[in-house]
Amino acid sequence: MADFGGTDLDAFRKEARDWVAANFPAELKGKPNPMAREERDRPLTPAQDAWRKAVGDKGWGTPTWPKAYGGGGLSPAEARVVQGEFARAGAYNPIGGMGVMMFGPTLLEYGTEAQKQEHIPPICRGELQWCQGFSEPGAGSDLASLQTRADDKGDHFIINGQKVWTSGAQWADWCFCLVRTDTSKKHEGISFVLFSMHQPGVEVRPIKLIAGNSPFCETFFNDARAEKKDLVGPLNGGWTIAKRLLQHERNGLTGAGGGLGSGGRPLEDMAKQYVGVDGEGRIDDQDLRTRLVTNAMNMRAFQQTAVRAMVEAKGNQGPSTATSIMKNAGTQLIQERHEMTLEIMGHQGLGWEGDTFTAEELGAVRGWLFGKAFTIFGGSQEVQSNIVSKRILGLPDLTQAH
Amino acid sequence: MAVLTEEQSMLRDAAKSWVQEKSPVTAFRKVRDSGAELGYDVAAWNEMAEMGWAGVIIPEEFGGSNFGYLSLGLVLEELGRTLTASPLIASGLAGASALILGGSDAQKGEWLPKLADGSAVATLAVDEGPHHRPDKVEASVSGGKLNGKKVFVLEGMAADVFVVSAKDGGNIELYLVKADAAGVSRQKLSLADSRGAANVTFENVAVSDADKLSGGAALLEKVLDRARAGLSAEMLGAAIQAFETTLDYLKTRVQFGQVIGSFQALQHRAAKMFTELELARSAVEAALAAIDADSPDVPELASLAKAKMGDTFHLVSNEMVQMHGGIGMTDAHDAGFYLKRARAAEAAFGNQAYHRDRYARINGY
Repeated sequence: MADFGGTDLDAFRKEARDWVAANFPAELKGKPNPMAREERDRPLTPAQDAWRKAVGDKGWGTPTWPKAYGGGGLSPAEARVVQGEFARAGAYNPIGGMGVMMFGPTLLEYGTEAQKQEHIPPICRGELQWCQGFSEPGAGSDLASLQTRADDKGDHFIINGQKVWTSGAQWADWCFCLVRTDTSKKHEGISFVLFSMHQPGVEVRPIKLIAGNSPFCETFFNDARAEKKDLVGPLNGGWTIAKRLLQHERNGLTGAGGGLGSGGRPLEDMAKQYVGVDGEGRIDDQDLRTRLVTNAMNMRAFQQTAVRAMVEAKGNQGPSTATSIMKNAGTQLIQERHEMTLEIMGHQGLGWEGDTFTAEELGAVRGWLFGKAFTIFGGSQEVQSNIVSKRILGLPDLTQAH
Repeated sequence: MAVLTEEQSMLRDAAKSWVQEKSPVTAFRKVRDSGAELGYDVAAWNEMAEMGWAGVIIPEEFGGSNFGYLSLGLVLEELGRTLTASPLIASGLAGASALILGGSDAQKGEWLPKLADGSAVATLAVDEGPHHRPDKVEASVSGGKLNGKKVFVLEGMAADVFVVSAKDGGNIELYLVKADAAGVSRQKLSLADSRGAANVTFENVAVSDADKLSGGAALLEKVLDRARAGLSAEMLGAAIQAFETTLDYLKTRVQFGQVIGSFQALQHRAAKMFTELELARSAVEAALAAIDADSPDVPELASLAKAKMGDTFHLVSNEMVQMHGGIGMTDAHDAGFYLKRARAAEAAFGNQAYHRDRYARINGY
């Protein structure tokens, strides 16, 4: 089985426990993470800010990243200890966002020493937020057909074009962006550049979604400027880096337990409350019960697969093929849960706002609607199926995607 | 694939190469065509036993290797690939489990060495109706006599000893009953999957406390869970082979001037099957590992494995026929064998509906 700790970790566990006890503000116990989508519009309270600074200075928000760049320098086992101690204390990890989830790991792999020194530490400290300039109106699943141009101006690029579905662009300080630097080629004409969002050539317009919120934006570049030193990887060599980054994105979206918020109270409890119980104390709707348990069993198999993939990756068998199926399997199960949650709530699962509905009921409706994005973003379900058929199963490629 | 010890890797590799050389699907076809009374090739079974596969879970003091259930699962998975027919599930897995978990020293001493070397076959005689309902038992023991009728007894024609569930004073108990005991009669079943099975009637069969295993209904569930997890491993192997054979066909069959595997409608169904196989493998390995660890989760994990594997083998075997088109409908092709084996294996020790409901009950749904 996986190494979830041992006697050698006991000393570290005590150190972590003492540190959390000394630094985590009691008033934040069990409170939501201000990095969560629905919390992002509120300014940080002094306690929240203090906790961010404490974790950021310690490097424990990015526990396995190298100490040289502000990370925690911990082993995966130690990182799990820290995670466990945070959970034990009812504390959230205040360091997050796209910089942590996708950009940081990619830059650590592909960036120059100077780029890492400049860009990684502010991510570790939670000082700068990043957004992802990838999708465009004409480049969704076919991302490599992107048209946003970067023209070479000697020591810098001038960028013109439009991105869309830019998550958190309205809160972002910097953008990692795919731009076209050669119009004569498709994949080989794309470069990966970084630039500040705080400049006159950048305009951000939030997009209102069916769930009523605006987590994504349209982002317009009108002679925006990126410095040459912020080109990551070779000129026209951005596609390789983009693919690696997308792997980080998918892994982040489908981690064990569902990074997409499979949380909340157990559906069987909710079903007993709303639907009632039969003479045996079971959910009084056999059809619903069967679908609920089928979902729960599939979720269990999904979690078992996440564990297996992790153990196999450590067991010198190379990357596990199980990894390739995780996004489609996980997102589908979570969407099923959303659908069943509404079904369980009946009329109460149709509320948009107002005090005739509980927060849980309103949250279920918004969650159901936002959840429709899970099988679209980060590589749609269909693109994931293409990837499995082509890369894993070796079936012929008709889409010419890479 | 779970991370294996060196011994487990050797066991799996031995099984893999034996299956390829000695027991391809053509061997199963021969058994089927010959109408073999027992539903398997006795010579092949003897070879398997010689390699120690019948005794993988049996303690060393009784002639086994005590390698555990995950190890036995590796062998079963390889055998499942080519639909190798043998009493390994009935005897080396289910029968042996009953004796290991519930047998007295005398019972173990009498039977386990013979099960380990393949010279005797044990099997469970549990089901009484068209569905697996192990808690509903009509067979009964009264005044030292066993009466009842058991159906769908795997390897029932080959068995030397039956592990029979029967009501005794209101409780479910398990009894060892020799096949040649007075009052035992059996009727061979000719099943779609061509594997050995029988209906067995017990009429005033003399039984005593010396024939009783200890543990009652709880023992029965434990034994069944081991049978379910092990059978799921066989189903995993069969489903993987069915998928790989189909995938090969998608890459070679040409229509409209291109291999049919270039059609996205088929590609996405292939990706779906691969996804389900990966999930099912996790469930099967987790159940077997839980048995080896004697975890309290065994009942729900065994039900999860059997249900998930049942759904997956069902899907893959159907798609195997569909994607092969007309050739998949012919008896000359292997697809039909996998389709038939899938349904028989799904039904054994509880189908998907049974195990979903059991999982629901265990978890308070």
